[in-house]
Amino acid sequence: MDRKKIRFGIQAAAALIQNANIRGFLTGRIYEGATKSVCVPGLNCYSCPGAIGACPIGALQTHLASMKFKFPYYIVGLLIFFGAVLGRAVCGFLCPFGFFQDLIYKIPFYKKNRFRIDKFLRYLKYVVLALLVIILPITCDLIPFFCKYVCPSGTIAGIWLAAADKNIRSVLGPLFSWKLILLLIFIVTGLIVRRPFCKYVCPLGAIYGFFNKVAIYRMTVDRDKCVNCGACAKACQMNVDPVKNPNSMECIRCGECVDACPYKALHMGFTQGKKKEAAKAGD
Amino acid sequence: MRKYLPAAILIVLAIVLIVIGIVLQQPDSVLHKAIRICMECVGLG
Repeated sequence: MDRKKIRFGIQAAAALIQNANIRGFLTGRIYEGATKSVCVPGLNCYSCPGAIGACPIGALQTHLASMKFKFPYYIVGLLIFFGAVLGRAVCGFLCPFGFFQDLIYKIPFYKKNRFRIDKFLRYLKYVVLALLVIILPITCDLIPFFCKYVCPSGTIAGIWLAAADKNIRSVLGPLFSWKLILLLIFIVTGLIVRRPFCKYVCPLGAIYGFFNKVAIYRMTVDRDKCVNCGACAKACQMNVDPVKNPNSMECIRCGECVDACPYKALHMGFTQGKKKEAAKAGD
Repeated sequence: MRKYLPAAILIVLAIVLIVIGIVLQQPDSVLHKAIRICMECVGLG
C-alpha cells in the first residue's frame, strides 16, 4: 500500500477515534466520560458532540483564563510529550481539522500554493499563539479569545449542536455568524491553498513546529543519493525545501516529498534509515 | 543515538510536568471544563 493511502487511513482512524461518541452527533449531547480529562494531540473542540477527549488549545486557554492562575503543568507536559515524539507529524496524521482540510483540498478546483505574501502570513500563527491563546486570556476579562473568535473546530461543533438541538438554534447570534463566516473563508481558501488554517493560523501547529528539529519522528537526507534536482521542493505543498531544511517548522510530515524523490534520498520515520544516511544528514 | 538526546530530555521533562499536574489534580479541572458545552467555543457566548 502506498504512503498516501496509509496516511489517509491513519487520518480517518484518528479523526474517528477522537470523535468516537457517534451517539452525540444524533442527540446533540456532548460526551461526559472520564476520557475527557485527557488532551488529544490534535485540534478537536471538546464541545463537539463526538469528542471523547479534550482539545489541548481549549484546555490551555480555559486554564490560563481561570481566576486562580496556576501554571498548566499537565497540559504543557502533554504538549511537550506529543511534540518531542511526533513534532508536526501530529498535524499530518492525527489532527481531525487537518484531515478535514485535506478532504476539502481534494475537491477539484483552481490550486495555488506559492504566492508572495505566503512567507509573511506564516508568522501570523505565532501572533495568534502569543496573543489570542496566552496573553489576552490571562490579562483581559479571562476570555478564551482563540476559541471564542477564531477556532473553526468549535464552529463545526456549534453547527452539529445547533442542528441537533432547537434550544441551541434559538440562541444563535452575531458571534456564531462571525465564526461561520470565518469557517467559510477557511473552507473556500482551502479549496485553493492546501491547509490554509494550518499554515497561517493554527496555534497548535505553531507549538508543534518548535519541536520538529528535535522530535523522534523526523526526516533525513542521504547526501550521497541527492542530486539537488528539486523534485521534493516542487512536490511540497507546505512550501518547504526538504533538502535545505528537512526538519522545517512548517513541515507537517505528509511525506509527499519522499514519494516525489526519484533517487530515494529522503527518509522519514522514527528510525533514521541506514546509519550511513543518518550520519550524513545535514539537519 | 546522540540525535535523540534532546527528544529524550524533553520526554522526561514532559513526564515530570504531567506527574506534577496529576498531583495538583489538573486533569480533574480539564475534565470539569470539557464535559460542559463551551458556549464561547461553539459561538454562542
